[in-house]
Amino acid sequence: MTSATTAHSVVEPSATTRRFAGSLVVLYAIITMIPLVWIMLTAFKSPDDAISYPPKVMFKPSLEGFCNLFTTRSRQTPEFIRSLGPPQGLCDSIARSRNMVVAGPSNYVPRFVNSLIIAFGSTVLAVALGTLSAYGFSRFRVPLKDDLLFFILSTRMMPPIAVAIPIYLMYRTVGLSDTRLGMILLYTSVNVSLAVWLLKGFIDEIPREYEEAAMIDGYTRFQAFVKVVLPQATTGIAATAIFCLIFAWNEYAFAVLLTSGNAQTAPPFIPIIIGEGGQDWPAVAAGTTLFLVPIVVFTVLLRKHLLRGITFGAVRK
Amino acid sequence: MNELSASSRITYRAVMVRPGVARRIRGLSDRTLAWLFITPTIVLLLAINIFPLLWTIYLSFTNYRANRANVPTIWLGADWYQSILTDPDIWAAMQVTAHFVIWTVVIETVVGFGLAYLIDKKFRGHGLWTTIILLPMMLSPAVVGNFWTFLYQPQIGLFNYMVAFFTGRDASSFQMLGDVTLSPWAIVIVDAWIWTPYVMLICLAGLRSIPDYIYEAAEVDRASKWRQFWSITLPMALPFIMLAVLFRGIENFKMFDMVNLLTGGGPGSTTEVASITLKRAAFESWRTGYSSAFAIILFVTVFGLANIYVKALNKVKSR
Repeated sequence: MTSATTAHSVVEPSATTRRFAGSLVVLYAIITMIPLVWIMLTAFKSPDDAISYPPKVMFKPSLEGFCNLFTTRSRQTPEFIRSLGPPQGLCDSIARSRNMVVAGPSNYVPRFVNSLIIAFGSTVLAVALGTLSAYGFSRFRVPLKDDLLFFILSTRMMPPIAVAIPIYLMYRTVGLSDTRLGMILLYTSVNVSLAVWLLKGFIDEIPREYEEAAMIDGYTRFQAFVKVVLPQATTGIAATAIFCLIFAWNEYAFAVLLTSGNAQTAPPFIPIIIGEGGQDWPAVAAGTTLFLVPIVVFTVLLRKHLLRGITFGAVRK
Repeated sequence: MNELSASSRITYRAVMVRPGVARRIRGLSDRTLAWLFITPTIVLLLAINIFPLLWTIYLSFTNYRANRANVPTIWLGADWYQSILTDPDIWAAMQVTAHFVIWTVVIETVVGFGLAYLIDKKFRGHGLWTTIILLPMMLSPAVVGNFWTFLYQPQIGLFNYMVAFFTGRDASSFQMLGDVTLSPWAIVIVDAWIWTPYVMLICLAGLRSIPDYIYEAAEVDRASKWRQFWSITLPMALPFIMLAVLFRGIENFKMFDMVNLLTGGGPGSTTEVASITLKRAAFESWRTGYSSAFAIILFVTVFGLANIYVKALNKVKSR
């Protein structure tokens, strides 16, 4: 094939086609971004701006949403507020302008910390277990291999509510109800299936010859696994870890049914942030924004491996 | 990869010559190591998934109630199964679920495939726009779904405002979440918003797996673009489309979080999908035995679908 025919290959879409396709995709992307942009805008609105009609795109930015997210406030008489000293910090002065005083920190930070601990704890466990089993399934002749792999995948297909009923009873019996450890174990068991399937794909791609060469150089199989396979699988392990992290971070069904105070994560907490007279939308939006930002960053980091992650390693591009 | 020196490539040849060597030089035997590596995962899954599942099966044959643990448990046999399968409320929930699953899958597949087809034209900046389109899928459906209740507010919501803006209707004349006919569509819209990118991504992989030479051959044979689409593009991307459809089907059959936050099953029970019914029975009326039986029925259904799913996966994989 000459260079002229590759440049104008018959299968290359024409410039007009490309521009047309591009504009449609961009239009979809813009529409699909509206709700997300709206969440971020609402986070910086004052409560009055948030519920104005018609919806305001231009507004005076306010940090009231974030203040309301992080604090609890109590209503006081103007006389009482005047008797207090000067306001301490921005949130206090915002609260006082609404005849309230800051009563204390809200539960958002503890819930966020729970989310972090549970997500990272379960991710570390799931990836560790997953790497070991994936290597086992990839390299050794395991009896009933396909059945075991199917069994591992099928555990992820169970409806969460159906799993939650016996887990609730079991955790109540063994004292794991509403504990971080209980949630870590539960999320690990859900994520380990994804980790095994994804990592098996990644490890399958590492040539066996590397380990065999190392073993001839005197390494044991285990040493070869640690010193040869693991370094080669770093990218795969990192991508898998991010997927597990995102699942555990986003999970809601188990969290809302099995935790109440102590181990509650952010997803069941954010919807119940209420102010006086119903939902405090700027505060909800502020909590949502802070909660979503890490995932947006991770998505951009992961974009090359997304396809693998969402298809359990079946489609590799 | 570069860390392995040329020496390993030489020893690689040695393995080819003497295949037994690798096996003889070892610490633990491969067999032991295989079991050491795999057992922890299996044990965890047995403890957190299988043992509870067996317990659920047992409970589904009894009158057990989690909030009355001291009442003696009576063996009921298959009574719950019989009453569930003949319960009109359950069938109503199944119909709601079917409406939700079918419409979301249809919309997501059509729009998702369309988008993938357009992105495959590789216009300038398609990588960036693809990443942007993918965002809703990665975010917590519960947290984002919760925010949609704000967008759907009749007086102040952005969704209603936009519909009013483009159709000229009054923004407060309709309630997406409070209306019996609109609420099933409200949850379909949010689900399609979240999951269309998922189908798009898989379809894109399918389209990119089609080698150029097939199209070149078709051009040589003077097949029209239309004909090429129906005879090459669609059939060759079909396994991927099927994969996406099955996965969305299974996931939406189990749908809980987004619907729970948007409508909680309401108004009345117009958006009460199976998982919501199950949650109400299990964690609100505490009919543990009854809900266990329903859980088992749902599980068997999903398991059947999952079986087909794995077969489809392997088919795609072998491509």
